Amino acid sequence: MCLAYPGKVVELNGDFARVDFGAGTIREDVNTSLVQAKMGDYVLVHAGYAIQVVDETAARETLRYWKEILAAMPEDRAAYESQLKGGLS
Amino acid sequence: MHVCGSHEWTITHFGIRTLLPENVEVRAGPGCPVCVTPAADIDAAVRLSMEGKTILTYGDMSRAKGSGMSLFEAKAAGGDFRVVYSVHDAVTMAAENPGREHVFFAVGFETTAPPTAYEILRGPPRNLTFLTAYRYVPPAVEAVSQSPDLAVSGFLNAGHASTVTGMKAYEPCFNKTKKPMVFAGFEPVDVLISVAMLLRKFVSGEPKMENEYTRAVTWEGNTRAQAAMDKVFDRVDGYWRGVATIPLSGFKIRTEFTDFDARTRFGLRETPGSEQFVPEARCGDVIIGKIDPPECPLYMKGCTPNSPKGPTMVSAEGTCKIWADHKVLASMRCRV
Repeated sequence: MCLAYPGKVVELNGDFARVDFGAGTIREDVNTSLVQAKMGDYVLVHAGYAIQVVDETAARETLRYWKEILAAMPEDRAAYESQLKGGLS
Repeated sequence: MHVCGSHEWTITHFGIRTLLPENVEVRAGPGCPVCVTPAADIDAAVRLSMEGKTILTYGDMSRAKGSGMSLFEAKAAGGDFRVVYSVHDAVTMAAENPGREHVFFAVGFETTAPPTAYEILRGPPRNLTFLTAYRYVPPAVEAVSQSPDLAVSGFLNAGHASTVTGMKAYEPCFNKTKKPMVFAGFEPVDVLISVAMLLRKFVSGEPKMENEYTRAVTWEGNTRAQAAMDKVFDRVDGYWRGVATIPLSGFKIRTEFTDFDARTRFGLRETPGSEQFVPEARCGDVIIGKIDPPECPLYMKGCTPNSPKGPTMVSAEGTCKIWADHKVLASMRCRV
């Protein structure tokens, strides 16, 4: 079972948190006892419990990397294809 | 090979196999906890529900059949079972109904076990017990990597299960098998990058454990969750339905918490693992990743999402259900 969703902690109440998953989906009663979450942290929620805090720095880096990959595609297609023809060693 | 139903969903939903080079094949390994839950445990839960206990479990589990009825069918026959979203709901329900025995049918991998451990440590109501059928993934990865039938060259590791265990849990298996492993996230780009990372390791010939899912997976993992699991559970051999008994891949409630163990309270005997699939069904071969769903004679003929014949077609993380929902009708083996 790897179904877990990232959401933002918008309120903390002892062992529970209100978590905003975006697009209007909010869970009021996510149990945060298994993690150390602060207001504004993103947590991975699985079956009502936060199982990990998302590392925001790593997440931003990942998103930046993906943007680079995806942005590179259409313009660089010609360059990429001629590289393939030339042989990548 | 990956070992996570959620990875199979991403791969199938986004058509990732169609983007890969012809000589690269990603297979779905045993990543569906409902699929590998022993038939004997399902039968025990059904029996208890017909004997006046309130069985509580996740939605998917309720439609899987053991050797007879599913919990869902048992309800129609007068059995008492309810779907819960979280183990916390089970605790609340039991507390609100003190006159009745409640049993939480605890199914899942190490992603799902820590909340249950936590609730047991907190001291649940006396009328709640846990029928645990949790399975631990690292030994299954080891078993699969040593199977000559499967010839796996590398692994996409279960991203969310690994947020709990940490990468460290796979070190012994990696040292034994020396096959590259990438801890992969669940967005389609996560999976593509992870496959690319594995391919680079095949080319360089230098196997490594690498982390693609850096925003969630760390070497140490969630030590609080690990501590809760260690306090509550012993690791024992576990029977994976349709596959095999894999050493140290099961979680058993420790004797000091036996008061909350449904197996003790209701005198459930340990029975040898037997798969109890319907005749001709090849669920076991699908679960282990030996065949694709279309290679089972029942797939999309007698066995469909509306009329499932086995757990792989029942569970949202079952390979057959995922392929059937996406109308994939042909095998996707390497063409080389």
